[in-house]
Order: sequence, then C-alpha cells, then structure tokens
Amino acid sequence: MGEVIVITSGKGGVGKTTTTANVGTGLAMLGKKVVLIDTDIGLRNLDVVMGLENRIVYNLVDVIENKCRIKQALIKDKRYPNLYLLPSAQTKDKTAVSPEQMKKLADELKTEFDYILMDCPAGIEQGFKNAIAGADHALVVTTPEVSAVRDADRIIGLLDANDIRDTHLIVNRLRADMVKDGNMMSSEDVVEILAVDLIGVVPDDEHIVIATNNGEPLVGSDCQAGQAYMNICHRILGEEVPFLDLEVTKSFFQRFAAIFKK
Amino acid sequence: MGFLSSFFKSSENSSDVAKNRLKLAITSDRAVCSPELMEQMKNDIIEVISKYVDVDTEGLDIKVTKTELDDMSGTVNAVLANIPIKEGSRNFRK
Repeated sequence: MGEVIVITSGKGGVGKTTTTANVGTGLAMLGKKVVLIDTDIGLRNLDVVMGLENRIVYNLVDVIENKCRIKQALIKDKRYPNLYLLPSAQTKDKTAVSPEQMKKLADELKTEFDYILMDCPAGIEQGFKNAIAGADHALVVTTPEVSAVRDADRIIGLLDANDIRDTHLIVNRLRADMVKDGNMMSSEDVVEILAVDLIGVVPDDEHIVIATNNGEPLVGSDCQAGQAYMNICHRILGEEVPFLDLEVTKSFFQRFAAIFKK
Repeated sequence: MGFLSSFFKSSENSSDVAKNRLKLAITSDRAVCSPELMEQMKNDIIEVISKYVDVDTEGLDIKVTKTELDDMSGTVNAVLANIPIKEGSRNFRK
C-alpha cells in the first residue's frame, strides 16, 4: 500500500514544484515506484520542470471526469521507468475537481505505487483542499524569509486541522554566507518558530536554475542541492542521514568569489 | 561597500529582527479564532457566570487580545472579558 505525500507551502514561488520533481525523482532512483501529481489546475508547471511537457495527452481533469483511464493519462519519465507524472489541466480551474474525487484517485493510485506526491498550488483555497484531501504526510516547503515562514505556519495549522499530523519541514534556498553574517534566518531559527520536524535544508544553488532550464531534476548529482534532495529522499525512507554542512563549503566559495569581486 | 557593511553590522542582525517580528506575528495569527467559535465561547461564558450573578448581556465584551505580562517581561495573548453585572440585581445568589 502506497503513501500519499503532499508538498505544500502557502506562499508561492518558494520551490514546491522543484521539490516535488526532485524528491519524486530521487525516490524513483532509490527503486520506488512513484507518481507525481500536479494539482495546480490552470497553472500547470510540474511537466516543464520534469521536461515532459511534450508528452501530455490526457490530464488530471480528464481522469476525474472519466474521459480516460488513469493509465492513459500517466506519463512515463524519460530516465526512470518507475516514475510517472499525472499532469494538471491548463484550460480548467480549481473547481473542476473536488477533495472527495482527489481522495478517491489517491486511494486508487496507492494500490499501484509506493509513493504518490501531490504538488500543491499556492494559497489556502480549493486547490489546497484538493491537494491535501488524500494525503498521509505533508512536506511543508519554506524559505528563510518572514513572508514564507508566516505562511508556512498557517499551512501547518490548516494541515493539523485536517488531521494531517505527520508534517515535515524543508527549508529551501538557504544562503549559508548570509546566515553567517546574521542577515538570514538559519534553519534552526525557522524550526524554532514553526515547531515542526526538519527533514531537509536545501541551499540556494544556481545548479537548480540550470537543471530547471533543461527540464532535468538534479537530485543525486554532485552539487549541494542535488545531495540535499537525495538526503531528503533517504529520510523519507526512514534512514538517518546527517544534515549537510553547508557552512564550510559556502564560506570557501565566498572567499573565492570575494577575490574576484576586488 | 566596506563603509556600508560596517555601518549595518553596528545595528542588530537583520536575521534577529526577522525572527522576533515573526514570533510576534505568528503568535497573534495563531490566536485568531473564527467568529462562530468566538460566539460559542461567549455564550458558554455567559451561561456559567449567569449561574451566580445576573449578567448584563448588552454591555458584554469578550475578545482575544495581546496584553502585557505582570512582570513586564513581554506580551501574551489573553481572553479579555468585560462582563457587567445587571444594575439592581441581587449579586451572588448563593
């Protein structure tokens, strides 16, 4: 029986879709059968981040409206045969789907897949309710900024009110150099404020931009973000993995960069 | 740039400012409850207090608000209730 994980944040633009793509791909690399569902109806994005935008025939709304079978709408990943994407619809809106229908879909997919990852839209309205409807666990993504952390707190409260208690935090786009200078909250600061278990810290890494440009998740690659995402996958599987020491490497780069700035 | 950065370093770290502001904002966010829940609580409070005294429900005021701690060490969220007793009523029935 599979598990449904919703990736959510409240605030937009903090990296939900990138996280979904990388964590999903990472779990597939570790041998799990994974399906990623883009629940942001009307603002489809997970397909381009995964580099699968040219293969879409049917979408989530088609499945819900019984215009096709689930299997027909699932897109197989380019690199991992045990990884699938169920893309969102671009021409409908959030009201095309109800939480009950999403729960039913998730329950069906649970029999086929080890992990079902729901990429949640920003906000706390219908799209959020749809995305969390069938979820067993939640990954809350935030950046170390006041607006993102405040929204994350709201989201954690709403997840709790909806009986989703197994919630973990991902602090995304951390800049160790700024933390060191006292100009960015550390992951410890964010955890202290939100009082929720940390499952990953992803550094602000330009490799992410490049990987997204190419439509290829970078999980598992040599760069820090790639390692950070892979560590999250191991932790989801219940393994204990120490957190990356971002400070050392970053400060080295800082010193290196400083030479050129002068 | 050197001048600017040394200027900023002399004040409190911006990350500490962010953390403190967030803590306050989140505490008051968390204390907000829905109007229906507030109304329910209000009715329950009236019901209990009415067992002992006649309450003037017109002048009643119950709210969740920030209030200074007695030892002035900061603020906490508190339920503040201003419940006037009806004039001329025989107080404390028992």
